[in-house]
Amino acid sequence: MAEATLSLAAPRRAGLWTDAWSRLRRSRAAWLAALALAALVLASLVGPALSAYAVDQVDWTQVALASPPSLDTGHWFGTDANGRDLFVRVWIGTRVSLLVAVLATIVSVVIGVGWGATAGYHGGRLDDWMMRFVDVLYALPYMFFVIILTVVFGRSLVLIFLAIGAVGWLTMARIVRGQSLALRQREFVEAAIALGLPAHTIIFRHVVPNVLGTVIVYATLTVPQVILFESFLSFLGLGVQEPLTSLGRLVAEGALEMETSPWLLLIPSAVLGTILLCLNFLGDGLRDALDPRERR
Amino acid sequence: MSDPSAALLQIERLAVRFGTARGPVQAVEDVSLEVRAGECVAVVGESGSGKTQLLLACLGLLAQNGRASGSVRFEGGELLGASEASLNRVRGTGIGLLSQDPASSLTPHLRIETQLVELLLDRGLASTAEARQRAIAGLREVEIAEPEARLRQYPHELSGGMRQRVALAMALMGRPRLLLADEPTTALDVSVQARILELLARVRDRGLGLLIITHDLGVVAGLADRVAVMYAGRIVEHAPVGQLFATPAHPYTAALLAAVPRVRGGDASGRLAGIEGDPPRPGETAPGCAFAPRCSRANARCAQTRPELRTLPGESDAVACHWPLRAEAALA
Repeated sequence: MAEATLSLAAPRRAGLWTDAWSRLRRSRAAWLAALALAALVLASLVGPALSAYAVDQVDWTQVALASPPSLDTGHWFGTDANGRDLFVRVWIGTRVSLLVAVLATIVSVVIGVGWGATAGYHGGRLDDWMMRFVDVLYALPYMFFVIILTVVFGRSLVLIFLAIGAVGWLTMARIVRGQSLALRQREFVEAAIALGLPAHTIIFRHVVPNVLGTVIVYATLTVPQVILFESFLSFLGLGVQEPLTSLGRLVAEGALEMETSPWLLLIPSAVLGTILLCLNFLGDGLRDALDPRERR
Repeated sequence: MSDPSAALLQIERLAVRFGTARGPVQAVEDVSLEVRAGECVAVVGESGSGKTQLLLACLGLLAQNGRASGSVRFEGGELLGASEASLNRVRGTGIGLLSQDPASSLTPHLRIETQLVELLLDRGLASTAEARQRAIAGLREVEIAEPEARLRQYPHELSGGMRQRVALAMALMGRPRLLLADEPTTALDVSVQARILELLARVRDRGLGLLIITHDLGVVAGLADRVAVMYAGRIVEHAPVGQLFATPAHPYTAALLAAVPRVRGGDASGRLAGIEGDPPRPGETAPGCAFAPRCSRANARCAQTRPELRTLPGESDAVACHWPLRAEAALA
């Protein structure tokens, strides 16, 4: 997600972004995290194709339904309690988790930035109303809200993106609003107003790009939150539906079998843990790389 | 508009008031000014005299707690209380603004080209190719070498003087008829200042009206046709530039002129002549003349009744003082 945004922005604002990019590469932890993440994304895309098994295929040839990891059987990560290949399921789960996380983060970034920048730029009464609305949503129990949504509209992947994104934008809106409020006082914004440019042009061309650094960093820190939240929903049985799976579901199922078949818990947990760790390192690295005090 | 002698900008009895937690603060009071095409009017005053707010009020750029009353007309159309949409029709294409600090008046993450052509493209005044040509011509006009190369650069890659010239080019892109300049040379070193002033003079000679806000009397002397001296939110003296420098009528103007450092002459002690005391803080109001506490000529009358701005008999000069210097000279 972060990389996608960076490469989109790079050709237009080469100056500042290439600087940030080279600083990111110099930070070893962040760079390693980015590489590891890329490897995991790649694995989740091609992994399922490498195995002879399908995500919902039960292997009746094994002695026990839950067989341990083995190179001979072709079940590199073993099979789960229903005899399905864990290797395939882990990468499918990774794919789903990352997809939910990235899409929900995009939803929350789009709403949060738009809302926050508009409120912060206009200020005054409009700002008051818009931010009170955010406060009201904050006061609603997050979990409760998502659960009601999933119960009312049924469980679907799209709904999970929307539900998580729709609640996740609140903090983003507050962050962006605070920064826009400060930017509004800057002379270049005043100069843009004095040129008679319409408000939306000023907001999206002169104000928002200045907060993008913060937004990208916060977004990379939002992704792990969303993954954890989706895992939690799946753990409660409100997330992704069988036979599709997610890392959260796999961990939840693994936890039930951890005494007899520990690999069912350990492998998905390791993948989930690695993703979260990498995203946090990458977020930290991006924050340093985009810190305006380090510019030039 | 058809009458060339008609004022481009007409400010009448303008007052600017800010609502603050500690009650209303009057930043500008009862200011009337006119700027004609091809004329440069300077507003001079210390920090806090309200001169910047005066200028911001003209473009509807006051902070949210600011209220302007009175009248500001541009080519006959009232600007105070006008809708944002009608203000936007005047901004940029009718009135340009050049602000104080070139380091912060250009958007840091946008190329010079993007910022220059933005107005033209946004209003549909030119096609992309035409806008680019006009941007190049605009940069050439402010004497920037290799304008094509500059277009591709970011503001932080330019020097301060060059940035201010780019800002001037940007303010002129929409071919406004009036340019407002807020301390355009304050943040620049002296040699760069001179170039900016030269460019501004050329702009005026092309027939634009120029309203320039400054605390630098050197700028005034070089550029202005008429000068309004502001003190504590009011105009205390309004005169043609030559007259103001030769025979200031208001004691404050005289003190201001005396405070200009000179290499030769002036105070024999070699010290700078300052003005004793501090200007009144905004929000403090006295019934009398605001300058009275610092004025050597003040008496009881000055502390009680505020002098109105009035034209001296037989002069083109207006002054708000009970005991103007020139009247005395005339009497003597």
